[in-house]
Amino acid sequence: MGANESRLRVTHQEGVTKVEFVDRNILDEANIQSIGEEISGIVDRNPGCKIIISFHNVDHLSSAALGTLITINNKVRNQNGQLRLAEIDPQIYEVFMITKLNKLFEIHDTSDQALSSFN
Amino acid sequence: MRFDVTQDRSRIDLVHARIAEHVASMGIAESGAFGIRLAIEEALANALKHGSPKGQPVHVDVDASDDVLTIAVEDHGPGFDPASVPDPTTPENLSKPCGRGLLLIRTYMSEVRFNDTGNRIEMVYRPPADRG
Repeated sequence: MGANESRLRVTHQEGVTKVEFVDRNILDEANIQSIGEEISGIVDRNPGCKIIISFHNVDHLSSAALGTLITINNKVRNQNGQLRLAEIDPQIYEVFMITKLNKLFEIHDTSDQALSSFN
Repeated sequence: MRFDVTQDRSRIDLVHARIAEHVASMGIAESGAFGIRLAIEEALANALKHGSPKGQPVHVDVDASDDVLTIAVEDHGPGFDPASVPDPTTPENLSKPCGRGLLLIRTYMSEVRFNDTGNRIEMVYRPPADRG
């Protein structure tokens, strides 16, 4: 894996940016930092963006990853954008419930539902 | 069984793999295995971030006996007072990016203990009686 190789798959549909993760485990600190910088770059280049982060490929994530999601959420909101999370594995969703982050984020079962939720 | 762990991801993955062998042999359900893995990840992240200022290895001790899995993580830092960690789920803390690791460890493990210095955490997992 090259040092600059993206750990994300980014697609665009109906004015919405969808981000998916290449890795099944989002645990490694350096990897999390890289992911955060890459998504932040997308947000910075598209003020007011509508963005879906899909977890359909993700089996494990740490609280450091949650922290990065919060930072991204704060950045999106500061730029009057909208962030949705989708396709979260039930075990990972439990982590969101334990931390009450299911109240902070707008979470949808599917990316299609997230897509249709934007204002 | 003792492991010395650094930021080297392959070493951390080795620890996970060895503990997963114990988890499997103890018949721990997938949901339990998920929580144990997350607790280890969080304890290691805390230890490597706060307790390894010069890159010293963090020690991981694993014991599986009498149907109880005990994992201890000890670092070289000054330790901390677990009682001083704020509740990350309160409204004023909810949008802060840090401070959720200990909550997750306490939630997923059966028992969590610290030494007096606060640089060693012992996490105990006892499978539910029904093994669901």
